[in-house]
Amino acid sequence: MVRPRLILVALAALLVVGVAALGLERFPPPEFETDYVRPTTTAPNPPQGLWEYVDAGVLAVTLVLATVLILRTRNRKLIFALMLFCLAYFGFFRNGCVCPIGAVQNVTLTIFDPGYAIPLAVLVFFALPLVFTLFFGRVFCGAVCPLGAIQDAVLIHPVRVPRWLESGLRLIAYLYLGAGVLFAAMGAMFVICRYDPFVGFFRLSGNWEMLVVGACLLLIGMFVGRPYCRFLCPYGVILRQLSRLSRWRVTITPTDCIQCHLCEDACPFGAIRKPTEPWPNKEYQVARRRLAFLLVLLPVLIGAGGWAGYELRQWLAMVHPEVRLAQRIYLEENALVEGTIDASDAFRALGRSSDELYAAATQLRDRFGIGGALLGAFVGCVIGGKLLSLSVKRRRTDYEPDPASCLACGRCYRYCPKEHERLKRGREGLVRH
Amino acid sequence: MPQRNDDVTRRRLLRDGLWGACLAGIGGVAGFAAHKGQKVDWLWQIDPYKCIACGNCATHCVLEESAVKCTHVYGICGYCEICFGFFDPEPLAINEGAENQMCPTGAIERKFVEEPYYEYSISKSLCNGCGKCVKGCNAFGNGSLFLQVQHDRCVNCNQCAIAAACPSQAFRRVPADQPYLLKSVDHV
Repeated sequence: MVRPRLILVALAALLVVGVAALGLERFPPPEFETDYVRPTTTAPNPPQGLWEYVDAGVLAVTLVLATVLILRTRNRKLIFALMLFCLAYFGFFRNGCVCPIGAVQNVTLTIFDPGYAIPLAVLVFFALPLVFTLFFGRVFCGAVCPLGAIQDAVLIHPVRVPRWLESGLRLIAYLYLGAGVLFAAMGAMFVICRYDPFVGFFRLSGNWEMLVVGACLLLIGMFVGRPYCRFLCPYGVILRQLSRLSRWRVTITPTDCIQCHLCEDACPFGAIRKPTEPWPNKEYQVARRRLAFLLVLLPVLIGAGGWAGYELRQWLAMVHPEVRLAQRIYLEENALVEGTIDASDAFRALGRSSDELYAAATQLRDRFGIGGALLGAFVGCVIGGKLLSLSVKRRRTDYEPDPASCLACGRCYRYCPKEHERLKRGREGLVRH
Repeated sequence: MPQRNDDVTRRRLLRDGLWGACLAGIGGVAGFAAHKGQKVDWLWQIDPYKCIACGNCATHCVLEESAVKCTHVYGICGYCEICFGFFDPEPLAINEGAENQMCPTGAIERKFVEEPYYEYSISKSLCNGCGKCVKGCNAFGNGSLFLQVQHDRCVNCNQCAIAAACPSQAFRRVPADQPYLLKSVDHV
């Protein structure tokens, strides 16, 4: 008996010697003598694109509803109910993808990649919350965002985060936004989506690393209100700045502030600002000098950031698979590492020359130099701007939510005696009618 | 106090100007993107001529059971009796016994057609996208077996987790009206 193993080994040896390139027809497809008909290849169609438009529609409706509930009805219970609906719909039902946070990268890729054009629904997801924020403040964060909702739902015992720590941690979000935009522009990857901590929960499956990160964030979120929104969310920092300019926004009191201090600790996100006391004259002089110094410092910070970003280009470029591959091939060709990896095997199988790869990688690294410099300058600008805003004291006579930090959750309303007065008037009005 | 009033007006003017600029900015970006945009969505797909069947597809998909599965283009297939995608490299016997098969889940069905030809078909419900058969078929056969993202399963993540882990950069976005990159007979 001839062992089949031997046949196979012999055949394999023959073939490997005989045929160099992949995918050649080593065995010509047969002409069948029987009436055998080749089956067709099964390629199941993607689900119809209709859902995307339904999503965009639901987003528009929920944003309008959120605006009404937050700014007019001022009812936390209804806001919470809407939030849970959005968590269920955008999160668990639609699996948390696509969301406005990730859409930032799709917009970036549309601008920089001539071969890519953003689908209309994704564009709506990107732009609509921005427009709503310009008019009504962060109503998207308050009641529509599923990532915000899942954190808001687990918040049981908020602790106060010191202002300095909050401002410092928020820098991560700016960096994250900058990095997300840079890597999307370079076509390296969508880093914001890759490291989305909650999408694994929405799908009830995912990479275990991200599930662990998400679980940790939710654990922290039980005591620190919405940690992702405040310290990480790259879309949130855009909404922050737009919200400063919004036409209408959350006010704690429906009419006028009576300085009762009752709302002082109402906000789990540390967004309520106390009335300011007038500065003593002497301190005013110091503050003016400090402001002048910081104004001079701003361009220095931008320059330093840009320089640092440029210097980091090699490191930043390693995010791009092409640059990583070039590095690996270089190491292998110069016998600086032993063995090969899947990526270098694949590279050799495709028959590209390594010089071509090096050229592509060098070009990418140069582009990362420009991008890194811009990223660094952006971060420098953010730090400088933050220092400036800390050294300017706005006169405030009432308790007010900080326009940028307020997530429009509506928790503070019921702490205000004037709000209770308003509700009472409303009820009496109803009875009279 | 005229001085104070003036101050407020100046600030308001600045604010309104910025507000308008932001709105115009959003409009500009949206307009640019919409102008460039086509109506179709994008989906992830594997270029079968770049894929090296490393096995990441089976393990890196966010779904428990990967959305990537083996696809068979029968027009390229040689209908070999001894299929290197079907049989283990060292089979005990040339028959359909599970111990002789390459596929860890027994997802390839082997059916006699006529002497000496056999038809191989993939049972999609069993395939886990490991690519073991693809590797064998590419190395010693015609390469008619290859991996493709199955769009009835794929949840179309904005950043595909397998694409991020793909060593040969074989994943790319394809327009939704051409969702598959099937191998063809006349490919050079």
